[in-house]
Amino acid sequence: MSKSITLDQPDERNLLDRMAQGTIGKPRNRLEGPDKVSGVATYAAEFPASNAANGVLVTATISKGEVVSIDEGSVMDMPGVLAVISDQRMIARPAQGGAGEAPVQQVRQVDYWGQPVAVVVAESFEQARDAARRLKITYNADDAGELVLNPEDAKVWEEAPDTETVQQGALPQAMAEAAHAIDATYTTEGHNSAPMEPHAALAEWDGTKLTVHASLQMLNYNIDELADSLGLDAENVHLLSPYVGGGFGSKLGISPDVAAASVAAMQLGRPVRVVLSRQQVFHSVIRRTETTQRLRLAADSDGRLQGFGHEAKVTNLPEEEFAEPVTQASAFLYPGQDRVLKVEMARIHRMTAGSVRAPGEAVGMQALEAAMDELAEKSGIGPVELRLRNIPERHPSDDIPYSSRRLAECLKAGAEAFGWDDDDRRPAQRREGEWWIGTGMATAARIHNIAKAEASVTLMEDGTAVVATDMTDIGTGTYTVLGQIAGEMLGLDPADVLVRLGDSNLATGPGSGGSWGASSSGSAVQIACEAIREELCDMLGCKDEDLTLKDGFAIHSNRRQSLPELLNGRNIEKLGKLEPGDTEDDFSQASYGAFFTEVAVNAHTGETRVRRMSGAFGIGRVLNEKTAKSQCMGGMVWCIGSALTESMMFDRRDGHLVNHDLAEYHVPVNRDVPHLNVIMVEERDPAASPLQAKGVGELGICGGAGAICNAIYNACGVRLRSFPMTPDKLIAELPDI
Amino acid sequence: MRPFDYQRPDGLDHASLLDRDGATLIAGGTNLLDLMKLQVETPETLVDINRIGLDKIEPTGEGGIRIGALVSNSTCAADPRIRADWPLLSRAILAGASGQLRNKATTGGNLCQRTRCYYFMNIDMPCNKREPGTGCSALNGRNRIHAVLGANENCIATYPGDMAVAMYALDATVEIAGPDKASRSVRVRDFHRLPGERPELDNVLEAGEVITGVTLPAPVGGTQLYRKVRERSSYAFALVSIAAALRMEEGAISRASLAFGSMAHKPWHDLRIDAALTGAKPSDALFDHVADLLLEDAEGYGENDFKIPLARRTVKAVLREATGAST
Repeated sequence: MSKSITLDQPDERNLLDRMAQGTIGKPRNRLEGPDKVSGVATYAAEFPASNAANGVLVTATISKGEVVSIDEGSVMDMPGVLAVISDQRMIARPAQGGAGEAPVQQVRQVDYWGQPVAVVVAESFEQARDAARRLKITYNADDAGELVLNPEDAKVWEEAPDTETVQQGALPQAMAEAAHAIDATYTTEGHNSAPMEPHAALAEWDGTKLTVHASLQMLNYNIDELADSLGLDAENVHLLSPYVGGGFGSKLGISPDVAAASVAAMQLGRPVRVVLSRQQVFHSVIRRTETTQRLRLAADSDGRLQGFGHEAKVTNLPEEEFAEPVTQASAFLYPGQDRVLKVEMARIHRMTAGSVRAPGEAVGMQALEAAMDELAEKSGIGPVELRLRNIPERHPSDDIPYSSRRLAECLKAGAEAFGWDDDDRRPAQRREGEWWIGTGMATAARIHNIAKAEASVTLMEDGTAVVATDMTDIGTGTYTVLGQIAGEMLGLDPADVLVRLGDSNLATGPGSGGSWGASSSGSAVQIACEAIREELCDMLGCKDEDLTLKDGFAIHSNRRQSLPELLNGRNIEKLGKLEPGDTEDDFSQASYGAFFTEVAVNAHTGETRVRRMSGAFGIGRVLNEKTAKSQCMGGMVWCIGSALTESMMFDRRDGHLVNHDLAEYHVPVNRDVPHLNVIMVEERDPAASPLQAKGVGELGICGGAGAICNAIYNACGVRLRSFPMTPDKLIAELPDI
Repeated sequence: MRPFDYQRPDGLDHASLLDRDGATLIAGGTNLLDLMKLQVETPETLVDINRIGLDKIEPTGEGGIRIGALVSNSTCAADPRIRADWPLLSRAILAGASGQLRNKATTGGNLCQRTRCYYFMNIDMPCNKREPGTGCSALNGRNRIHAVLGANENCIATYPGDMAVAMYALDATVEIAGPDKASRSVRVRDFHRLPGERPELDNVLEAGEVITGVTLPAPVGGTQLYRKVRERSSYAFALVSIAAALRMEEGAISRASLAFGSMAHKPWHDLRIDAALTGAKPSDALFDHVADLLLEDAEGYGENDFKIPLARRTVKAVLREATGAST
């Protein structure tokens, strides 16, 4: 009762374009949108549970050492307090994305400021919070003077575990012989995902089975992470995440609230809810590492890259394998046979570094694209033209072809829509009152991946359909696009397709992460629908190409029959399975785009405001124009934050995060964001997925901060290599007034 | 949050009587509730004064205007009389917080807004303002947002608000009722304190006292500007802000009053600056002289060093704009 496709060859069938319903790609509103904005949608902490107790995490106030004692007596007499738990089954760090196993669990061995060390459970949230603050904990802290708390203090740099080092040819020689060479070092600060919904869990234990409502992105991995942490069989763990109020990577793996609520529920024998405070969201989950990036670009007199170097330094806690893959797009975006790509990591005692939206490209592309602008200026070649001249024929290291790549079309379409002048790039030419006005552009690139995915589709006897998978919708539009795919394949209005997500009892999806959700889960839905169509063909005695499904009717050989009539009282349920295959290795696969922006820089105060921004993106098939564009817009908003405001500020003396709330960690507000013009470049990518769709959730972040950097230079003539580009850095370089 | 008693009197007498012995007044609560959740503030009794009146904007006999302590920031900023005759105040208020916060925040409460110092707001950190005698963590810590004027090793926190900066430039008066029904008036320029040896004291309010209103003197006309410099264009505290009320007559400055925000433990006002401007013809030399006066004793503590050149550049920009000099 299932159908499976392994993507060993590009899927050239292009099924969706052959269908008749006409819903795929249309800009449909998100199905759950009204429920979310009216408060009807139930988030993890909001599920009703009778007799639920409330837990509040107690987090470490040292950066390294051990918990000597926890004086439970200091709070157990307080009203409502039920338990103080510091249990080896709790987790000291979040699980990394896709870990599928318990993260570091020794909560009494402190490795960073903000590490959970205990959970205090009380009848009410307020009682628990007060008791958590009053709980007396004695630490044996390591001497702060001997700890490595800051990247600038790190002496040992190791090669990053998961990023391939490339050493090809002789880059120093290429630099020496280049007609135009750039050797520049850029820095980025740490970023926080800062999802609107804090991490939260509500756990219930019936003596055998654990049920947890949680705010998580990847239930298939999260089940194993939680089961492994608790010492339970995965079959006895049930996770529910029907709505997730933003994740951006910080909910890829289980977070400390999930394990703490579970342990407390198992100990107390009653439901326990744990919600992270905003401060804990900032200092107890995931950060994006700060980076230092050296870019070396060696071009011939025509601007064609002969040598290319991108070397990055990142940090993480001891024992973590994740290292921000800063050079990920640099591996395939630009040519240059003399080539060095390297990521080095130091171990420092700051909170866990992990995946924050577009790990790698989000920070790697902004530095690379700033360097490309410097090369454009040095070579006298227009920034767009320079990029058009540097689109390689084949992958510069692996010598494999690219799958569909609409980079040139994105560059041209974006330039035209923006009104880009590629010829006159002299800086500091345009002034409006106090403001210098300038423009900048950058390429966007983000690798494309798919993951193993299953989805069940049932064509119901009444002519409606049900899609079911444990895939999540983290605000991206999964509910809506899966309904559109099934609607297109089965000839149904998407309103007649019920999509069930976020329940670990349903078919195993890939989860939301790495921009792979829609193309992987969506392909599984398509495959299940293919199987349903095959069965309908058997019933009708026709071939699939002769079957038209539209508006609830099956049409073939000039006969038109309603689905209820055809099904005659039975349901058809099929499981669709997608497996990644050889196309992963046979093609270099990525989504591409281009950003164009105009900024104003105040000549007096150094304040920068983005005045307009366009992005043109090629993401393979667009499944829903509205949700796809919204993903790109959201990404562009992140570009503005990364360029101008966002920076996690750690105290260098003790390693604690000082700006741990939304008042002081500055994400862009409405007024910072001008009209964002998003252009979707028509594309199909058969190697990317059976849908011929690629990832879109992260592409919009990958490079845009570089465009803003370049626009600042064009505006006022100040070339900053340090993100975010705050007024203090600009006034240090701007002339006196 | 710790348990606390909550009282909601219907009249001022009752409220001011209660404001003793661990009682804290709450009006809009936009600052206090956050600090209570963080346990920076742990009042034993919360006295809600939202029902005691004090919510009118009324003309004074002398051509000025009196703003009740419980007038919301939104109401004050939108009042047609304020907008017409004291636009500086309206502009400063609208430069702060968000619409939702301004709907709740009150005139009296905003004057008592506490610092945004990262260390003051984190009870795991030593802080002389929160716990006298424990030391100042910001002095050698992350101090990008901290004071460059009037600070000392006890405390380098700033007063972070906007409304009060305009009131300093407009020379407003704070009306205060005491527990024994006596009332007193304090010029707003004398209302906030510098840290000195008592950084725990933000202002001169005594126990049992409550702000009843703020009076603005008769309108001064001229050009009124509020310039707030920040990396995020809304919903962010100022790196530096300047309130300027300045009138030109026959090519010279006939009247000037400037105040500066986020530079010190209080909004900063320097009579010498107003005097230097008054009667002078606008020039870059004059504006540089004003910046010199403002910053002659300025001292940075590392990350906030940039505020000194930023303030110099910003005051020159504001004066050019206010006097019509070219930018």
